[in-house]
Amino acid sequence: MSLNVSVNWQRDAFSLQLTQSFPSKGVTALYGPSGCGKTSLLRIVAGLESGASANVSFNGVDWQNENACVPLEKRRIGLVFQEASLLSHLDVRANLEYGWRRTPPSQRRLAPEEIYRMLALEPLLGRRTDQLSGGQRQRVALGRALMTSPDLLLLDEPLAALDADAKRQILPYLARVVRDTKTPTLLVTHSADEVLRLADYIGFMAEGKIKSVTELSESLTDPTSSLFVDHGVVSVLNGQFQVDSSNDWGVFSTSCYTLYVRGAPDYVPSSTDVLHGQRHRLQIHARDVSIALTDPDQISIQNHLSGKIAALTEKEAGMVIVSLELADGQRLMAELTAASVKRLGLMLDMKVWALVKSAALLP
Amino acid sequence: MSDFFAFTAADWQAIWLTLKLCFITTLLLMLLATPLAWWLARGGSWFHTVVQSLVALPLVLPPTVLGFYLLILLGPQGWIGHTLESMGLNHLAFSFNGIVLASLIYSLPFAVQPLQDAFGRLGHRPLEVAASLGASPMDRLLTVVFPLCRGGLVTAATLSFAHTMGEFGVILMLGGSIPGETRVLSVMIYDYAEALDFQNAHRLSLLMLVFSFLILVAVYGRQRRFSLFSQRNVNS
Repeated sequence: MSLNVSVNWQRDAFSLQLTQSFPSKGVTALYGPSGCGKTSLLRIVAGLESGASANVSFNGVDWQNENACVPLEKRRIGLVFQEASLLSHLDVRANLEYGWRRTPPSQRRLAPEEIYRMLALEPLLGRRTDQLSGGQRQRVALGRALMTSPDLLLLDEPLAALDADAKRQILPYLARVVRDTKTPTLLVTHSADEVLRLADYIGFMAEGKIKSVTELSESLTDPTSSLFVDHGVVSVLNGQFQVDSSNDWGVFSTSCYTLYVRGAPDYVPSSTDVLHGQRHRLQIHARDVSIALTDPDQISIQNHLSGKIAALTEKEAGMVIVSLELADGQRLMAELTAASVKRLGLMLDMKVWALVKSAALLP
Repeated sequence: MSDFFAFTAADWQAIWLTLKLCFITTLLLMLLATPLAWWLARGGSWFHTVVQSLVALPLVLPPTVLGFYLLILLGPQGWIGHTLESMGLNHLAFSFNGIVLASLIYSLPFAVQPLQDAFGRLGHRPLEVAASLGASPMDRLLTVVFPLCRGGLVTAATLSFAHTMGEFGVILMLGGSIPGETRVLSVMIYDYAEALDFQNAHRLSLLMLVFSFLILVAVYGRQRRFSLFSQRNVNS
């Protein structure tokens, strides 16, 4: 079960040349600057660029080769574009049911009620499409794509047209949908933030080529990654999250350690129940992490984690990224000045303590 | 004055013939112009430009020129007329079928233009969405293209009807004035006026004036409602 794509396409000044197989589960982000060909690649997978010379196969079925091109309507693909592109002559319910009606009952894996609940669509069903906000429109578009129980979900910059507020509101839904429906997903994005929140795998694209597709956790161990250009180096830890009902703190825990995270996240759609027991991601900026040689007990910082130095990477302007391997094998990075590294005598394989000043739960 | 609107049998015949011509032409035009407009809206090759120009020709040509060439082509000596006769059929000059064919050509731009505009405005996206939701090409045409372009379809049909009703020069050249066959209202009015029968000419002229005006009110009223509606959507 896999998606294999091979493209050799030259059009005016634009070229797309790659041979790649993509993971058949989880979310694969195609990440790169605009004009790198990531949207074209997505459209080829969808069968919308029949003019491109490409070979595409999915789960052993040839979708496109030299001789033939399976049309989009036969591929069972869910498509979500930057603009919601709702059919304006239909109301919300009819938009959602459009694909459901055209899906043979034997192929319906996801029930409408389930999708409506997941995306909180019930209150919107009776509305006209022009009575929705940008975020609501995109939620409907996402739900509509899922109503066909697609074998593959293609998301082309689904959040790029939304303002920061709408983005923050829809992200948890998106994360939940790709996690709960277990639909393999290709996500085209130029936003590192979306990659960190949603992706399991990442393919770096530039100038019509794809460098490699690796697990996100692996690409995050490289402090020079282009993911960190805009907002600095961050670590992403996977674990469980519980809201502590007695106070404002949430507890993020893995098999080996526990972190206290301030406040229940305000983006949680209806109640906190969706958070409990689920896998969650905790984002920690490298600049919010300090290093100590011993575990300090008289200090205001609450989260102390022990780890082994796995890498020391020099960055520009006298800064060094210290990569720690935590007890469960996950990586945590700290940004220190070169002077501090020297003063503490930090070296590979040294056992040290990381003091985490702040951490943010990702949806 | 009380019998001003008492149409004669010949009047009724002309009214009936005109309506028949308009309905048949509009029906055929919608069948013909829809795929043509779709093809024109989706292409940018030199061939599209040539076809686009041919479609628009009746807008600028004097109807007499169009009628003259059609007479040459469709008459007994003409290429088409002669071929038809050798197949045991009638040539098309001075016949109802002939003026239907002429009306198709004459009103073609009035059907193609609104449809082409509507299809162009539609863009590719709604069709791509529908395809991803499992809709076949015919399904997309019926459930996405037609509903979203209904304004263009109604405008095209109405304008085709109205423009065919206003046809005169082409019909006179190709069809002459044969009662029940080619003598439509516009030709009838011409005949009345020629014979200095102004009262009869008046009656039919007023009828056409009012009817044409009402059709245009319907078309523009619809367009205005539509554009006000979309403007509100943009603002909200």
